[in-house]
Amino acid sequence: MVTPQTLDLPTTVPKQIEDLTLLEEVSARTAGVSRLEMCIQCGTCGGSCPAAADMDHTPRMLFAMLRAGMRQAALMSNTPWICVSCYHCVVRCPQNVHIADVMYTLKGMAIEAKLYQDSTAPDFSQTFVDMVEEYGRSYEFGLATRHYLKHFPLRLPGMAPMGMGLLSKQRMSITPKRIKGIQQLKAILKRAKEIEGGKHG
Amino acid sequence: MAKYLLYPGCSMESSAKAYSESLAAIAKPIGLELEEIEDWNCCGATEYLGISLTPAYALISRNLALAAKQANGNKVVVAPCSACYLNLAKADYYMREQPKLGKMVNEALSAGGLSYEPGTLAIRHLLDVIIYDIGLETVKSKVVRPLTGLRVAPYLGCMVPRPDYEKRWSDHEHPIELDLLLKALGAEVIDFPLKTHCCGGHMTQIGPETAFELIRRLISSADQYQADIMATVCPMCQMNLDAYQTETNRYFGTNYQMPIVFFTQLMGLAFGLEPDTAGFGSELVSTKRALAKIGVEIAETETAPARPKKSSGLPMPKPLPRKPELAEKSEAEK
Repeated sequence: MVTPQTLDLPTTVPKQIEDLTLLEEVSARTAGVSRLEMCIQCGTCGGSCPAAADMDHTPRMLFAMLRAGMRQAALMSNTPWICVSCYHCVVRCPQNVHIADVMYTLKGMAIEAKLYQDSTAPDFSQTFVDMVEEYGRSYEFGLATRHYLKHFPLRLPGMAPMGMGLLSKQRMSITPKRIKGIQQLKAILKRAKEIEGGKHG
Repeated sequence: MAKYLLYPGCSMESSAKAYSESLAAIAKPIGLELEEIEDWNCCGATEYLGISLTPAYALISRNLALAAKQANGNKVVVAPCSACYLNLAKADYYMREQPKLGKMVNEALSAGGLSYEPGTLAIRHLLDVIIYDIGLETVKSKVVRPLTGLRVAPYLGCMVPRPDYEKRWSDHEHPIELDLLLKALGAEVIDFPLKTHCCGGHMTQIGPETAFELIRRLISSADQYQADIMATVCPMCQMNLDAYQTETNRYFGTNYQMPIVFFTQLMGLAFGLEPDTAGFGSELVSTKRALAKIGVEIAETETAPARPKKSSGLPMPKPLPRKPELAEKSEAEK
């Protein structure tokens, strides 16, 4: 049997997550009971997906890649980033796989491994989260300006009337709102990040 | 009076203020007493879940912990926003399905002196509470200005009827609750086939072409069914279909002018409220033509002040009047 010892590799105690196959790892990192292992490759998910046309792989194909251990290709796929979280596939899946939540897990893993083709979506998520961590509330004006300047500068002139419309109708505020318990929230999130970090080594 | 804990969510204070204004206006007549969760925070929308699991669920659960602390006998949290509703319900459900998640979340919450026992609260959407607790009879009894002749497309979007962890809705894909409510208001409700299809969600920000196609499908379907107006239960749906309709039109070379408002705004009108009390006037696609059908006068939605003039080199497609009689009218005005 080939063991790390016979190969003369470092013999540190392997972390739990490293013993898992890719499929098991994705499943273990998903909230709730993902049932990803139960996928029967029927393709109902891809057939139900309103955005499948823009995806590199349908969810079915992506899950086959996870089962085959194709880590790099699976994490590079744009599929989780195109997923609109509409849950059509989730309610139609005969095996009750938590497909949308698996997509969230894959996004997190892709960010962690810095494996994505286009940074627009990860940047948007991160900017949104930065604002929430700073204020406790979402801050649309700050989010929109930062995001559009970086990723869609050419869309800005066309967007200006809409932005001004939202501002003039007071549907967007220039100043952010901060919750009273922001220090409490920051302490909670700091602890949560430590827990998350400890979990995956 | 039934008393509920309200989780408004960030958009209710900004992009969806028409929703909160109209909700405030209709709550009293139907006997819906709402108590806001103090110092609630953002639910993370669909963004935080894609970045890191424990922090995302801890962020959501701070709200659950605050609500449970504040709950004084009433254990029902009402969320008017679809994404907020789903996130709160999802956290509560997954922490029960997978106790390990509950343990991690509570460990994080303890850093802020909070805790939450999963299953303590019932998380429900506003429409669910209005239909199943308040009841259609109560709603009907308050109608003084029936929406007779107004063709409404009921549009729920995705996250209210799906995944529906607690089986609260009549169907995942074709639920009838919103149809029943709008019928109770006297409206002519079209059998809208795309009523739970996706508005594109955050794709307007990160992959506009994907979003525009989803928006086009919804608007063109409602238009084919000759709906005068769409009624929604979700701030994101309203925002995408209303604020991005011009961009969608420009992208496809179409001229749709399909107004979309919150169902609570139509309740307000049916209850006899003035349009501005019911939150009208902040929509970007004008509701004037639709409201004229039920004899309600509203000022034409004023165009945004910074709308580029023709000479600025940014041509906008001119909206075509849809009905021939209106075309004649506008010709005559010239």
